[in-house]
Amino acid sequence: MTWLSDNAVSHLREVAELPDFSHTRYRIKSEIARGGMGVVYEAEDVELRRRVAIKVLASDLASEHAAEHMRDEARTIAKLEHPGIVPLHDAGLLPDGRLWYAMKLVRGWRLDELNAPIAELLRVFLRICEAVSFAHANGIVHCDLKPENVMLGDFGEVLVMDWGVARETGASDATIAGTRGFMAPEQEQGAIVDASTDVFALGAMMRAILPSNLPRPLAAICAKASAPAKNDRYESVRALANDISNWLGDQPVSAYRDNVVERISRWVSRNRALVTIVLAYLIMRVIVILWVHR
Amino acid sequence: MFPTTRRSVIAALASDDDDQRRRAFDTFVALYWKPLYKYLRVARDREVADAEDSTQAFLAKCFENGSLAAYDAGKASFRTFLRLLFDRFVANELKASSRQKRGGDLARLDFENAETEISREHDRGGSPEDYFQREWARSVFSLAVERLRAEADATRFALFETYDLDDANRATYRETGERFGISETAVTNGLAAMRRRFRAIVLDVLREATASEGEYRAEVRSLLGVDA
Ligand SMILES: Nc1ncnc2c1ncn2[C@@H]1O[C@H](COP(=O)(O)OP(=O)(O)O)[C@@H](O)[C@H]1O
Repeated sequence: MTWLSDNAVSHLREVAELPDFSHTRYRIKSEIARGGMGVVYEAEDVELRRRVAIKVLASDLASEHAAEHMRDEARTIAKLEHPGIVPLHDAGLLPDGRLWYAMKLVRGWRLDELNAPIAELLRVFLRICEAVSFAHANGIVHCDLKPENVMLGDFGEVLVMDWGVARETGASDATIAGTRGFMAPEQEQGAIVDASTDVFALGAMMRAILPSNLPRPLAAICAKASAPAKNDRYESVRALANDISNWLGDQPVSAYRDNVVERISRWVSRNRALVTIVLAYLIMRVIVILWVHR
Repeated sequence: MFPTTRRSVIAALASDDDDQRRRAFDTFVALYWKPLYKYLRVARDREVADAEDSTQAFLAKCFENGSLAAYDAGKASFRTFLRLLFDRFVANELKASSRQKRGGDLARLDFENAETEISREHDRGGSPEDYFQREWARSVFSLAVERLRAEADATRFALFETYDLDDANRATYRETGERFGISETAVTNGLAAMRRRFRAIVLDVLREATASEGEYRAEVRSLLGVDA
């Protein structure tokens, strides 16, 4: 019997797990990460001579259910062609029965690793909203939106990833899939999920990426987005995005009724040039009047 | 050529069919005897003669009908259950010092070989449980390697042996190809085929070594680091 050293055992362990891509145009280069559904590798597409990311379903013993699930994920992403959604290149079956799919390799950061001023975070967030809104227009709810599932490319790309638990609008089996803290009550309870389920997650996500002492209107936007009752939330991701844009442009936001002082100060900050001219004029007048009446 | 679906030997050990039980027991022994013996020697510091006797007596007892029936797949892995049973068996055996030896009709166990393994450099750290787990993994892989050797084309197996089993000098594909007088592509393809088959055999062995679907998946996860 061959003696297997500790090294040999751990090497065999890798070998036994390593997906066999020899029948395809891809060569595995290294492992990027392990997720709940499978392992993500960096690979080379030898035809096009470019790097891609390949996700391989965790195991061939994975029940048919899981394989189907992964196929669904691939088909979902394939359907969603949008600059804010990670593009799918290819999908297939390994000789051992495992499913895989190849997608754009994203080099950069995960949103939860990003440190930036509020305004910049919000601009990134608006791009996420565009992508999610696009999915909703195609009848798909992401169901697992969280900062870890958004990647930021080195050249300004904002990509919503991990459509593994996405559902068609109106489905009711997304419970187990989501992430606690980002999951709307209806999702946790296994009730029907729809666009407003993602609105909730987006609200929770905003809170997670922004600092804790927010300006009141912004805090109100977060609260409205992630209201426990569906009817209290924004009716769509677009409505949420509009409010954020409004805030960025010093306009009133629907989630927050401000008082007179706030309204004036907002008006002032929006019309700074005009206010400066009028003020300068008034001061001048006062000086002139005082001088004349001396 | 080879059976496609392997059954759990744990289930088969409770079978009424003697022939089936006999075969299941052989696999069971092949999988577990060395981890059990090495566990006694290394993690429990027992003498050679003592450890040999206890291992043999314990395995013989396992063959007695019903002795493994107490296993509850909901509670722990079979591997853990067996280790605890073994600990208890050895403790009782110590108390009843005038025990009689039960040789059973065990196939000859190569204790000398196990001693050689013990003398080799390997990880002895962690708890006794950790040690048993690692030795069990080694045993699963060894059994899978032997099965692969038995069924595979000799040249291809030699390729696998040099490239994947010999961690001392892992050559490049090109060097390996030159050594075997085949192209680099042939190395790539041959190795891929061997690894694919090896993986399938490991899964078979785990299927045999576990009692339930849930346990099977858990062991695959812990052994291959992949999720079921
Ligand atoms: N296209 C990609 N490019 C680069 N890294 C990726 C890509 N897809 C996934 N990853 C990395 O792999 C990790 C796990 O992938 P993910 O799809 O979230 O797995 P799971 O859904 O199984 O949790 C991600 O957090 C990310 O770091």
